[in-house]
Amino acid sequence: MEIIINDKKYDTGPDDSVNLLYLLREQLELTGSKYGCGEGACGACTVLVDGNPIPSCITPIRSLKNKKILTIEGVANKNGLHPLQQAFLDEDVFQCGYCASGMIMSSLSLLEKKPSPTEEEIISAMDRNICRCGTYPRIVKAIKRASVSMK
Amino acid sequence: MRTTPTQLEKEELQPSSLHKFSLDRRKFFKMLGSGVAITFLITDSLGKQLLGEKMSGNGVDDTTVNAWIHVGENNVVTVYTGKVEIGQNIRTSLAQLVAEELYVAVDTIEMVMGDTGLTPYDRGTFGSLSMPVMGSLLRKAAASARELLLDMAAKEWKVSKASLKAENGVVKNISSKKSARYGEIIKGKKLLQKVNQKIDLIPADEWKIAGTSFPKVNGVSFVTGEHQYASDLKIPGMMHGKILRGPAYESKLESVDLSKAESIPGVTIIRDGNFVGVVAPDVRTTEKAIALIQDQWMTVPKPSRDEIFDYLVQHADEGRGDSKGDVSNAFKNAAAKVEHDFHIDYIAHVPLETRSAIAEWIDDKVTVWTGTQRPFGVQEELMKGFHITKENARVIVPDTGSGYGGKHTGDAALEAARLAKAVKKPVKVTWTREEEFNWAYFRPAGVIDVKASCTNEGLLTSWQFHNYNSGGSGIETPYDVANKEEKYHPVKSPLRQGSYRGLAGTANIFARECIMDDLASSIKMDPLEFRLKNMTSPRLRDVLVAATEKFGYKNKKSAEHGYGIACGEEKGSSIATCAEVVTQVDGSFKVLRLVAAFECGAIVNPSNLENQILGALVQGIGGALFEAVDFKEGKILNASLSHYRVPRFSDVPVIEIVMLN
Repeated sequence: MEIIINDKKYDTGPDDSVNLLYLLREQLELTGSKYGCGEGACGACTVLVDGNPIPSCITPIRSLKNKKILTIEGVANKNGLHPLQQAFLDEDVFQCGYCASGMIMSSLSLLEKKPSPTEEEIISAMDRNICRCGTYPRIVKAIKRASVSMK
Repeated sequence: MRTTPTQLEKEELQPSSLHKFSLDRRKFFKMLGSGVAITFLITDSLGKQLLGEKMSGNGVDDTTVNAWIHVGENNVVTVYTGKVEIGQNIRTSLAQLVAEELYVAVDTIEMVMGDTGLTPYDRGTFGSLSMPVMGSLLRKAAASARELLLDMAAKEWKVSKASLKAENGVVKNISSKKSARYGEIIKGKKLLQKVNQKIDLIPADEWKIAGTSFPKVNGVSFVTGEHQYASDLKIPGMMHGKILRGPAYESKLESVDLSKAESIPGVTIIRDGNFVGVVAPDVRTTEKAIALIQDQWMTVPKPSRDEIFDYLVQHADEGRGDSKGDVSNAFKNAAAKVEHDFHIDYIAHVPLETRSAIAEWIDDKVTVWTGTQRPFGVQEELMKGFHITKENARVIVPDTGSGYGGKHTGDAALEAARLAKAVKKPVKVTWTREEEFNWAYFRPAGVIDVKASCTNEGLLTSWQFHNYNSGGSGIETPYDVANKEEKYHPVKSPLRQGSYRGLAGTANIFARECIMDDLASSIKMDPLEFRLKNMTSPRLRDVLVAATEKFGYKNKKSAEHGYGIACGEEKGSSIATCAEVVTQVDGSFKVLRLVAAFECGAIVNPSNLENQILGALVQGIGGALFEAVDFKEGKILNASLSHYRVPRFSDVPVIEIVMLN
């Protein structure tokens, strides 16, 4: 089966029963998406499928035929960091950084759908993502900052 | 295929008495090129060896805190410290301190951290010691290197050192305007010197680089997903491993049928007593193989969560601690008294990166890449487990997906090393979240029994504080009381337990501050006034006043909301927090607002410090309101993130932080 990740075609190999996170990390060496819980409860593995945030750890690849998948590795481009990534740096958000990819993917989807989210909308969209270091208030600030810089 | 067992299960461990190092002076400079290097303490055996001094037999103490700084002729400054980066951002803040004293830019500094093959011994990254202890050492080492460079320039230019100054990686002659970059002064030379312990340091109020909110040095690699945690690493020829787990802590394997699992092509099974591990070319096959093993375990009788608190008190030992005065008499005769016991649950650290390690053996030497707070502790575990010398066990720690005191051990590292040794190939072991909940260790559960009394005027008269199992950290009351008894009673915990962020400080301070409130309420005195009346520490008073002022403690009071204050001193820092809380329809609490004032001495990176306080407050909400490990007969009942609740965005109140510098 063929799968499109970050605008590139990949062959998934013979086993189409694996989850997307497994394919990304173990087979394609795209390790930016992280394993955190294996049950879609922490958001560390979040990627975008046709623009929607999904937990890749519980998403079988056979459900992804002809879908466009975006992972953290596809967010920055030749011209440099995405303004959202820059906003996370500007707010000096992260401590251990393990949740970073998932946080950026979830908030990217939010901002693409709602360019100027309210604080409540941010919290409700991000509530599936865990930052155990507790940097939540800075993540909210970074998303607000990006909502301005992305315009 | 089945292989012969390794020696790990037999616990007749022989600590190595060898003090050999793979790095000597020649190799050190070969690795780094010419330059000047400052080693910190002469008591460090590796430092001694580098300096070419004879080691004093078995009496070598290489456990002293140490670090080295090297300035190369390429103008790169390399700092070697055994500390690790687990999210506290010390890779940045320690570099700032070195940059400040050495007069160089932060981006010319390379921090080599947590690699037992390259960095001097370090006990571990815990106990809030990195900044006060390692930070101070690095300042002295950097200042010593700077003075050495100035001395070298003075000698070469035949001028007095007083006519020279260091600035942005350059030595300048103030009068002649002659200048040279550090690298030019070093050119071809190889100098190694001890740190000057008495060197003058730049006072904090003159800091230009330290004291600023320098952003995380490798921050970009985290927002692009490029940073490779231990769990992201892959090495050539690497296999994957998975361990067969019993149903509960300390259960024993009674019988096991490996035949079905062994029949899977490519699978190797390693059995050694209780230890059964599988190795396969990919993770999926290891999972399949584990699922096909038929195993019977014998569990050890253990209390359940509803029995644990009685159990801990019943199984406690005599305890240790201080007492003074006549506590029972003072309590008996007091005008106002309060008695209460507090139950502290086991809680899980839940570092978002689970334990993971790759181990590779080349002949008798093992190299392990893993996320841990104690690289040298893991090295010792490897030495003991495999009967190998220090030089044959190297532990490398990439910046790690957090720990909070939960990664002091090398569990996955030892498992990977055991499997790798058996199959003679590199093996990676990454724990699932379920394994992390079941087989890592917990913040200790405990019972805190308190009896306290005061006069009607609000002066404390007696204080009895007994902590069963949760820990002695922060047990000492900062309030002035003539009669007191404070004891910590350790218990052999039925569940695996260990360090936690702030250790027992959170539990002890919570209990103490609750009692302070109850005493105040029993004599109808305001809790703030009551605290201030009994407080002697000016630092604690300062943070309490700062927090309550910022919070508007005296004005804003709604009848529907609860308002609370608490304060404490721990690890040389003082903190006071005010909270506004509301009871929700279901009876649970929601924290609406927190104001914390914190004072920890000179602030090296304000943004980072604020971030750490923020994170600690958020994590504290979890422990205070809903985090608890549930267990029955030793089996963990909520070993997943859908059942063990940690704070999320929607739990976070408005937070304001005041930092006193």
